[in-house]
Amino acid sequence: MNDLILLAILLSSLLPGLIIFTLPEESVRLRTTLNLTGALLKLLLVAVLFLRVAQREYAELRLPLLPDMELVLRADALSLLFLTLSAFLWFLTTIYAIGYLEGSPHRSRFFGFFSLCVCATTGIALSGDMVTFIIFYEALTISTYPLIVHRGTPAALSAGRVYLAYTLSGGVVLFFATVWLRSIAGPLDFTSGGVVSGLDPALYGSLSIIFALLILSLGVKAALVPLHIWLPSAMVAPAPVSALLHAVAVVKAGAFGIIRVIHDIFGLDFSIKLNLLFPLALLAAFTIIYGSIRALSQNDLKRRLAFSTVSQVSYILLGVAMATPLATIGGMVHLVHQGVMKITLFFCAGNLAETLDIHKIDEMDGVGRRMPWTMTAFTIGALGMIGLPPLAGFISKWYLGLGSLAAGQPWIIVVLIASTLLNAAYFLPILHRVWFVEPRQDWPPSTLYSGRETTWALLAPPLVTAILVILLGILAHSVGSPLYWVELIAAREDGL
Amino acid sequence: MTELIVHQHWFLWMTLLPLGAAVATFLAPRQARWIGFTTALLLLLCALLAIAAAIISKAQTITAGNWSTPLGIELRADGLALVMLAITALVGFIVSCYALSYFPARGHHQSRTHYFWPLWLFLWGGCNALFISADLFNLYVTLELVTLASVALIALEGGKAALAAALRYLFIGLLGSLAYLLGVGILYATYATVDIALLGDMLSATRLNHAAMSLMVAGLVLKSALFPLHFWLPQAHAKAPAPVSAVLSALVIKCAYVILLRLWFEVFPALETIAVGHLLGLLGSLAIIWGSLMALRQERLKLLIAYSTVAQIGYLFLVFPLARSQTMAAAWVAGVLMMMAHACGKAAMFMVAGTIHHTAGSDRISRLAGAGGPIGVLVVVFTLAATTIIGLPPSGGFFAKWLFINAALVTGQWWYLPIILSGTLLAGAYIARVLGWAFLDVKRSSYPVIPWVMKWPPLVLSVIALLFGLIAFEPVQIALIGAPVSTGVLVELRP
Amino acid sequence: MSMALLYAGSGIILFSIGLHALLVRRHLLRKILAANIMGSGVFMVFIAMGARGDAGVADPVPQAMVLTGIVVSLCFTAVAIVLAVRINHLTGCTTLAIDEESAID
Repeated sequence: MNDLILLAILLSSLLPGLIIFTLPEESVRLRTTLNLTGALLKLLLVAVLFLRVAQREYAELRLPLLPDMELVLRADALSLLFLTLSAFLWFLTTIYAIGYLEGSPHRSRFFGFFSLCVCATTGIALSGDMVTFIIFYEALTISTYPLIVHRGTPAALSAGRVYLAYTLSGGVVLFFATVWLRSIAGPLDFTSGGVVSGLDPALYGSLSIIFALLILSLGVKAALVPLHIWLPSAMVAPAPVSALLHAVAVVKAGAFGIIRVIHDIFGLDFSIKLNLLFPLALLAAFTIIYGSIRALSQNDLKRRLAFSTVSQVSYILLGVAMATPLATIGGMVHLVHQGVMKITLFFCAGNLAETLDIHKIDEMDGVGRRMPWTMTAFTIGALGMIGLPPLAGFISKWYLGLGSLAAGQPWIIVVLIASTLLNAAYFLPILHRVWFVEPRQDWPPSTLYSGRETTWALLAPPLVTAILVILLGILAHSVGSPLYWVELIAAREDGL
Repeated sequence: MTELIVHQHWFLWMTLLPLGAAVATFLAPRQARWIGFTTALLLLLCALLAIAAAIISKAQTITAGNWSTPLGIELRADGLALVMLAITALVGFIVSCYALSYFPARGHHQSRTHYFWPLWLFLWGGCNALFISADLFNLYVTLELVTLASVALIALEGGKAALAAALRYLFIGLLGSLAYLLGVGILYATYATVDIALLGDMLSATRLNHAAMSLMVAGLVLKSALFPLHFWLPQAHAKAPAPVSAVLSALVIKCAYVILLRLWFEVFPALETIAVGHLLGLLGSLAIIWGSLMALRQERLKLLIAYSTVAQIGYLFLVFPLARSQTMAAAWVAGVLMMMAHACGKAAMFMVAGTIHHTAGSDRISRLAGAGGPIGVLVVVFTLAATTIIGLPPSGGFFAKWLFINAALVTGQWWYLPIILSGTLLAGAYIARVLGWAFLDVKRSSYPVIPWVMKWPPLVLSVIALLFGLIAFEPVQIALIGAPVSTGVLVELRP
Repeated sequence: MSMALLYAGSGIILFSIGLHALLVRRHLLRKILAANIMGSGVFMVFIAMGARGDAGVADPVPQAMVLTGIVVSLCFTAVAIVLAVRINHLTGCTTLAIDEESAID
C-alpha cells in the first residue's frame, strides 16, 4: 500500500494533463487550478517520499509485462535527487508558463503535453530497471515534440523534425543496446554496483560495445557533441519549454540515464576495469570546450544559452566519468545546480522576449534600468554559471576540480579552468551591456504592469530560482542541501 | 457460475451468432445497424467468457456432430484461437460502432448501409470460424468465406476503380486458395487425414511433402500480401470505405497468416524448413523496407496506411526464420503480439483517416495543414495509434520487436537487426510527416463538426494500441495455452 | 497406368494450364474460365486421392471435400461474373486495365 505513493506521484501530473486536453481554450481558471493543484500535490508527495527514502525506507512497485519482464518503479536516493529537482522546477515553470502564454492560442494543448512531459520525467526518475527507463525515456521524446512545435511556424516544425530525427535514432540504438544487454545479462534492475560484474569474461567485448551504444544513445538527449545539433534549433520553442527542457527534462534525463548506466548497470568498478570511462571523459571534455566556444559567437540570447547548456551538462558527465568519489559528487550535484541556474537564465530570457520583444544580445543595451529585478536574477545565474564563489556553480566546479586531482588526471583541471574563462567570456559582456551601457531603444514603460517591470507570474519564478542559486552555494554544507544528499548517495553506494 | 462458464462452448457461439445475424440484417435492412451493433456487443461478451472458460479449464475442443477425427470436423479453442477471437471482437466492436455513423441510415448511399452489415457479419463469422478450425480443409472453407466477403466489401463503393480492385483481389484470392487446396490434397493422399494435430505427428521429410508445403505456403503468402505479392493491397484500400479498410488490414490479412502460423508450428516442424524460413525472412525484410519507403512517398493518408500495412506484414514473416529450437516460444509470442498490436493500431489509423476524409472532404496529407481544432485532434489520435506501428513503448509493437531482436541475437541471425531497427526509424519518419502537418499554424475558415461516434471509438482503440504493452501479460499467457511451443519466452544468450 | 494416377496427372496439368491462363490472359471472362479450370484440376486431384484401387469402395472424404469445393467455386464464379459485367457496363472494357493513376487516386 505504501508503495502506491509512486503511482500517485506519476498520476499527479498525468491526470491533470489528460483533463486539460479536453478543456476549451477559454476555461483559463479551471486550467490554471488544475495545473497548480497537480504541481503542488506532486511537490507534497515528493516531500513525503523524500523523508521516507532519507530514512532508508524505499518504495517499489512492479507490474508484469512479458514473462520474465516487469515494469519496475523504485525510489532510491538517486531517484529522489532527480525527482525533487523536476517537481520543484515544474511548479515554478507552471506559474511562469501561465503568465508567459497568456492570451496565446492552443493553451489547452500546450499544458496537456506539458503535464505529460513532466509525467514522463517523473517516470524516468522513478524507473527501477532499464526496461522501465526506456519506456519513459521514449515517452519523454513523444511528449516534448508537440511542445517544441507549439508555435506552428515552419521554423518550429523544422526544429521539431530535427529533434525527432535525433531522438528517435538515439531511441532505436538505446532499444537495441538494452535488448542485447538483457539477452546477455538477464534482468536489468538498477542495483548499486551493477548487474554485469559476474559475467563470463568472453562477453567483455560485447559489453564494451553495448556500453558505447548506451552512452551514445543517451548522449543524444544529454547533448554530447556531435549529437547536440537538435538543442540549439529547439530554441524556437516558447521560453517555458526551453526552460523546462534545458534545466530539467530532456537534457537531465540523458545525463541521469548515463549516471544510472555507469553506476547501477555496469557498476563503477567494472567500468574502470574495462576502461570504459576514459573515452567518455574525453568526449565530455571536448563538449565542454566546444559548447563554450560556439556560445561565444551566438548573437541570439537563447541560442547562446543553448550552447552553454551543451557545455554545462557535460560537467555532469565528466564528473561521473572520472569515477572518484569527489568527482562523482561534483558531477551529480551539478545536475541540480546547473538546473537551477539555467532555468533562471531562461526565465529571464523569456521575460525579455515577452515584455520587451528582445531576442538578440545586441538589443539588450541598458535593459538593466528597465527591468532591474529580472536582470539581477540573470546576473546571479550568469555568475553562478561562471563559477563565482559562493554561488552554486562554484561548489560543483570545486568538487570536480578536487576529484580530478584525486583521479590523477590533472588535464581535467585545465579543461575546467579554460571553460570557466570561456563562460566568463560569453557572460560578462552581456552583463556589461545590460548594466553599464546606455539604453538604445524605447521600450514600453513599466506603467503597463502597475509599476512593476512585468507581470508577477513572469517575475517571481526567476527571483525564486536566483535566490536558490545563492542559497545552494552558501548553505551547501548544511543538512538537506543537494550536496548533502549527493554525499548520502555516494555513501550508500559504497554500502554505508 | 464457473460451471456455467466452462460448459458452454462460447467460441462456437461466436461463429454462429454473426452468421445468423448476417442473415437477419439481410432480411431486415432497416434494422440492420442495430442488429449489427447488438451482435458486436454480444460477441465482445462471448469473447470475454470464452477466455474466462479457457483460463479455468485450458483449451477446449468440440467435435461437430460427434464424428471424431479423422473423419469428422474438430473445432479447437487453443490460446492462439482465443487471442485472435478476442482481438477480433474488440476491433470488430469498435469498427461496428464507427460504422453506425459512417454508413448513414438515410440518404443516397443507403444501399451501402444495407449491404455493409450482412457482409461485415459474414466476414466476422468467417474469421471466427477460421480461428477455431483444427483441420486443413475447414481452414480452406473458412478462408474462402472470409475472402468472398472481403471481395464484396471492397466493391461496396461501386465505382469502376473499386470494382476493378475487388475483381483483382478475387482472382488473387482464388489463386492462393487453389494452390493451398492442392497442397492439402497432396497431404491427404499420403496420410489420409487433414487434421492438424494428427498430421503434425505423422509428417516426415519427403519430396512430396515439401512440394505440398511449398504450394500451401505460396498460396497463403499471396493472400497475406507479402512482398512482392502485395500489389493488390494498396489498390484495394484506395477506394474502400474506412470501416472496410480497417477490417481488411487489421483482420483479413491476419486470417491467412494465422493459418500459416499453425502450419509452420504444428504441421510442418518435421520438415527441414530452414531454407523456406530464410526465404520468408528475406521477403519479410524486403517488405519492411519497401513498404516503409513507399509509405514515405504517399500523398494520400489511406495509401500511406496501406503501405504501412505492407511493411508491418513483413515483421510478421520474420517469425518464421526466427523460430529455431530455443526461440520457438519467443517467435510465437512475438508473432501473436505483433498481430494483436497491429490489428488495434491499424484499425484505429484507418478509422481516423476515414473521419478526416469524411469531414475535410479529402485525405491528402498536405491538406491536413492548419489542422488545429477537431482535425488536429484526430491527427494526434492517429499518432497515438501509430506508436505501435513505429514500435515505441509501451505499445505492443515495442515488445514484439523486443522479442524479435532477442530471437535474432540468440539464433545469431544478426542480419535482421538492421532491418528491424531501420523499419522503426522509417515508420517514425512517415508518421512524423503526418504529425507535423497537424501543428502547422495555418488559419482555417471553418472547423467541421465531427459526430462523436466517429471520434471516440477510434480514440479508445488508439489508446488501447498505445498502452497495449502494459496489459499484454495476460494475453501472452493465454496465447501460450495449448501452444506448440515449450521454451521460455525471453531467452538468454550464451557465449 | 492406374486410373488414379491418370486423374491426378490430368488434374495437375489442368491446374497448370489454368494458372498460366489466369496470369497471362487479359480478358476477364477468360480469367474466370481459367480460374474454373484450375479449380477443376484441383478437384480431379482430390478425387484421384480417394481411389482405393480396383477392389475397394472409394474413400468418401475427398469426395465430400470436392463437393464443398465445387460450391465454393460456384460462389466465386458468380461474384466474379457479376463484377466483370458491371465493370464492362461502367467502362466498356473487358479487361482489368484500369489506369493505375485513376485507380489509386
